[in-house]
Amino acid sequence: MPEPLLRLSGLEPFVLTKDIPFVNVGERTNVTGSAKFRKLITNRDYATALDVARDQVENGAQIIDVNMDEGLIDSKQAMIEFLNLIAAEPDIARVPIMIDSSKWEVIEAGLQCVQGKPVVNSISLKEGEEAFIEQASLCLAYGAAVVVMAFDEDGQADTFARKTEICARAYKVLTETVGFPPEDIIFDPNIFAVATGIEEHDNYGVDFIEAARWIRQNLPHCHVSGGVSNLSFSFRGNEPVREAMHAVFLYHAIHAGMDMGIVNAGQLAVYDQIDPDLREACEDVVLNRTPANGGSPTENLLDLAERFKGAGREEKKRDLKWREWPVEKRLEHALVNGITEFVDEDTEAARLAADKPLDVIEGPLMAGMNVVGDLFGAGKMFLPQVVKSARVMKQAVAVLLPYMEAEKEGGRDTAGTILMATVKGDVHDIGKNIVGVVLACNNYEIIDLGVMVPPQKILEVARERKVDIIGLSGLITPSLDEMVHLASELEREGFDLPLLIGGATTSKVHTAVKISPRYARSQAIYVTDASRAVGVVSSLLSKTQKQPYIDDIRSEYAEVAERHERSERAKERLPLAKARANAKKIDWTDYKVETPSFFGPKVIENWDLAEIARYIDWTPFFRTWELKGVYPRILEDEKYGEAARGLFADAQAMLQRIIGEDWFAPRAVVGFWPANAVGDDIRLFQDEGRKDPLATLHTLRQQHSKRKDSPNVALSDFVAPEGTPDYVGGFVVTAGPEEIEIAERFEQVGDDYGSIMVKALADRYAEAMAEMLHERVRKDHWGYGRDEGFAPEELIAEPYRGIRPAPGYPAQPDHTEKRTLFALLDAEATTGVTLTESMAMWPGSSVSGLYIGHPEAYYFGVSNIERDQAADYAERKGMTLEDVERWLAPILNYNPNEASSIAAE
Amino acid sequence: MRAFNIPPTDTEAALKRAARERILILDGAMGTQIQSLGLDEDAFLGHGGHSCAYHSDHPQKGNNDLLILTQPDEIERIHYDFAMAGADIVETNTFSSTTIAQADYAMEEAVHDLNAQGARIARRAMDRATAEDGKPRWVAGAVGPTNRTASISPDVNDPGYRAVTFDDLRRAYGQQIRGLIAGGADLILIETIFDTLNAKAAIFACFEAFAEHGKRLPVMISGTITDASGRTLSGQTPTAFWHSVRHARPFTVGLNCALGANAMRPHLKELSDVADALICAYPNAGLPNAFGEYDEGPDDTAPQVEQFAREGLVNVVGGCCGTTPDHIRAIAEAVAKYEPRKLPSYTDA
Repeated sequence: MPEPLLRLSGLEPFVLTKDIPFVNVGERTNVTGSAKFRKLITNRDYATALDVARDQVENGAQIIDVNMDEGLIDSKQAMIEFLNLIAAEPDIARVPIMIDSSKWEVIEAGLQCVQGKPVVNSISLKEGEEAFIEQASLCLAYGAAVVVMAFDEDGQADTFARKTEICARAYKVLTETVGFPPEDIIFDPNIFAVATGIEEHDNYGVDFIEAARWIRQNLPHCHVSGGVSNLSFSFRGNEPVREAMHAVFLYHAIHAGMDMGIVNAGQLAVYDQIDPDLREACEDVVLNRTPANGGSPTENLLDLAERFKGAGREEKKRDLKWREWPVEKRLEHALVNGITEFVDEDTEAARLAADKPLDVIEGPLMAGMNVVGDLFGAGKMFLPQVVKSARVMKQAVAVLLPYMEAEKEGGRDTAGTILMATVKGDVHDIGKNIVGVVLACNNYEIIDLGVMVPPQKILEVARERKVDIIGLSGLITPSLDEMVHLASELEREGFDLPLLIGGATTSKVHTAVKISPRYARSQAIYVTDASRAVGVVSSLLSKTQKQPYIDDIRSEYAEVAERHERSERAKERLPLAKARANAKKIDWTDYKVETPSFFGPKVIENWDLAEIARYIDWTPFFRTWELKGVYPRILEDEKYGEAARGLFADAQAMLQRIIGEDWFAPRAVVGFWPANAVGDDIRLFQDEGRKDPLATLHTLRQQHSKRKDSPNVALSDFVAPEGTPDYVGGFVVTAGPEEIEIAERFEQVGDDYGSIMVKALADRYAEAMAEMLHERVRKDHWGYGRDEGFAPEELIAEPYRGIRPAPGYPAQPDHTEKRTLFALLDAEATTGVTLTESMAMWPGSSVSGLYIGHPEAYYFGVSNIERDQAADYAERKGMTLEDVERWLAPILNYNPNEASSIAAE
Repeated sequence: MRAFNIPPTDTEAALKRAARERILILDGAMGTQIQSLGLDEDAFLGHGGHSCAYHSDHPQKGNNDLLILTQPDEIERIHYDFAMAGADIVETNTFSSTTIAQADYAMEEAVHDLNAQGARIARRAMDRATAEDGKPRWVAGAVGPTNRTASISPDVNDPGYRAVTFDDLRRAYGQQIRGLIAGGADLILIETIFDTLNAKAAIFACFEAFAEHGKRLPVMISGTITDASGRTLSGQTPTAFWHSVRHARPFTVGLNCALGANAMRPHLKELSDVADALICAYPNAGLPNAFGEYDEGPDDTAPQVEQFAREGLVNVVGGCCGTTPDHIRAIAEAVAKYEPRKLPSYTDA
């Protein structure tokens, strides 16, 4: 008989084999463990909740835990809905589900929704043997594995004796009475907090570890799991010590036989890399040993803890063995590993050995870049590493250039010429620059026209320089229209060059529906990210592949467009009046909010660059570099970890210079005004008298038909109506224009990596400032959140009260609202931030928004609107309908050029 | 509910004994045989013979299961023909005999009788065949997928919507399985599974019905890989599918329908590599042509199925859509000389 193994499934199988020492269960889709997820579920934002689940799976969770135990929601219904939605997402549903609830009825409802083999978390002897047998038998009949808590009629087991006694009893009942397969039993013998100062708790770590060992030795085929974060509860706020405690605990528990757990893998120190003193102190606590120099282990760790608060990771030792290799191999190594240190001397050595300087480029350097290209294509190198390789390449070419000019060896053959530009009205260029670098690495010549490039300029240069392909980039929604416009211009002027479309707001659907039909002479192609760019460009420049490739794209886009039209037609929109009737209804009767400490705008000065840095959310930073995953877990990610650690180290190094050398001069302005909702708008007043209106903030209302009881929200719903005093704030922050000049300096010395890095960090700075300022507003300037006590890294999940929606983003997609906000704050004068004709903020690393303080306020997407709302909005805002339709083009649920269907009938 | 403290029926031991000695033969397509009879609406209603005791406003032509009540002699003859062609196990004509599937014909009321009678007719045919040649034969109560899916939304705009719930299916399957047991079925065959959650509801219903019956019938489970993606319609790989149904501790697990034998082979191989149950395969006679007919003759299908046996992948073989008694005869002859598959020892252990 082969050994029984735990075999689970989603759409794909999972087998807990001997090669897997420890199964990490994803814990982000657990409302009790994640404030962000709880908020999403409470707000019924299932789309974003699914993204959380997807993210976990992408980050390598082998099983995902789903828990909906929250007092304010119908847990059973939420479990059913979420699991049904997961079933429709193959990239999530491929892994097994852990159905987690303390209520049996929720578990059973979940068991009826999954086609794979799930894990139930948990059942126990708490309610006695009969209930236990009943529930276990049902788990078996539904085809699930179970987590069994060490819990019986007398309570939760805390000592070794109780843990093993209960587990042994449960095992006997399950295998003998119920007929449960032992390999499908997972025991959770309870991890409790240690080092609490209470003597009885001192042995909890040992009790768990020894119980795990006993269970694995005495109860054949079963497994041991636990929630690790409890252990270090008494060191809340001191992450380095907590991480070290978890790592030490897991090290011993896994050795003893614990083979599954709910662990935040990114927040785990590597056992071998923990400072030896700290490791020993943690070991003393976890294993309840007397420290080498006496005293209590808890006291000892407490003494040490202060010293490690905020400590960083250590650098790896350098290995220079490769310096002994032949010069071609040294160049290849430098290119692949992005090392510039020796490239000048190595290039010089290669030049002396070559017939002419060009041979060095076309020989060893291109060979090295081909290795880079192959590794990138195979998913073994990642974007930041490739950009670093490009820096090495440029530096090497710079060494050769003077000799090549001397020998008049002009240009070399390139694979093709590509014109790149960020469209008119838009200033964002990080993504475009990355694509440019990657293409340049693959021997394409890049003509980069920079940002805010007018269409005429693009056409002119394309014609003059005889480019082969045009690539457009844009981040804000008005840029989408610019791209459509440029496509029409290309068509009109008779171009037949392929047009690549990329950037944050672009999409395949938009390209297929709006851009592609305008450019029939050639083809507009949406490029998801830089890693795809090389494949697309090489197909387009290949004589044999080009036509079949374009034909494929064309038929794919026709299908996308048709599908889009079908689904749009099917989407029912409510008339504005009906949507208004289903507004979010907040009970304002007893609502009292603190009065802000000042009215009107106020400039905030004296920003501390080091302090802002603590508020940086690093996850989007990694995303910029196409490393997908959540910080800090991404640093330990199996696939991206190495690249992420390298990138992070470089970012930290630059951050030190930014702070030490005062690279940025951040500026901010914030203001508050008495405010009341008037219909779908928010009226601001000069003063508390609320007689003289100062300005009106216009908001848009969701018009899609909602399921069940969820409302059709507009931002104005979150502001009190007349009669109840309420306030609204606004802000503009910027990391300052200095980044542009600094980035240029990097570019001039051929360091694209540095250039992109400084821009990416400036972006993060602006976002971090917005987060930090919001906190100050809650705690101080407005003051409704004086008592909140979140650490900077906890703010990322937005656990606090109130929101800061930005014009041009989903909750208010109208970018022109920025004009009102900027006028109210006199922002151009106070911060130097200006608005382009497309309402992009210059410099790009700037953030603006409103402050709304009601506890029930949340972020939402307005999504598409109907003609009735566009007309009403134009009227309220004093704009023409055509104007409104132009600015809101991406969210119109109708074609403004067609007569209203209602009118026609 | 205690699923596994119930003793098995005697059949299980006899079946296992037979399966150790040789590759067992399952029958072929009932639908193809019925089609060849060319029955009209009157014939489906049994006018002039066994007229239907249940009334419905809906036309019944195409309700093949109803022929159990209205053309019992024809159904019994088809079972008999398959038995004499070499089938050790025949399936009852009850693929759609659940309240959910019969709702299309407004024939929900007939469900118990369809299943009980369906099993009795098959039993009678087997007894006649055994009287002639002395070979033991078994009746498998066929449980189809119904026409609804528990884990796929029929509404593309509302992926969370479900047209049928686990509980709806559990109840409907429960009624069907109780009928099959009452009529004397030896096994339960949950087949043509395109959504594993439906199958899990059927397995759950089996446990409940067996607990009432006091005996546990052997269960056969057969999934359907719908296309070259190598997945079920609901998206599972063969191994994931096996993990989802293994708790039924089935007598066999396997694949049927949708594909011809050659196209089924790689997926069958995957299942055969991982499953610690006997393996059963009954492919279609190739893929349907433009008129929905199957072109493979007995001499085309049999060598492909023989390949399963040669590679040691199977314990039970038969045919699905398009396979006739002649196909089954050819398959039985082709696999006779091969040893049945041995249970695998796990490579990942």
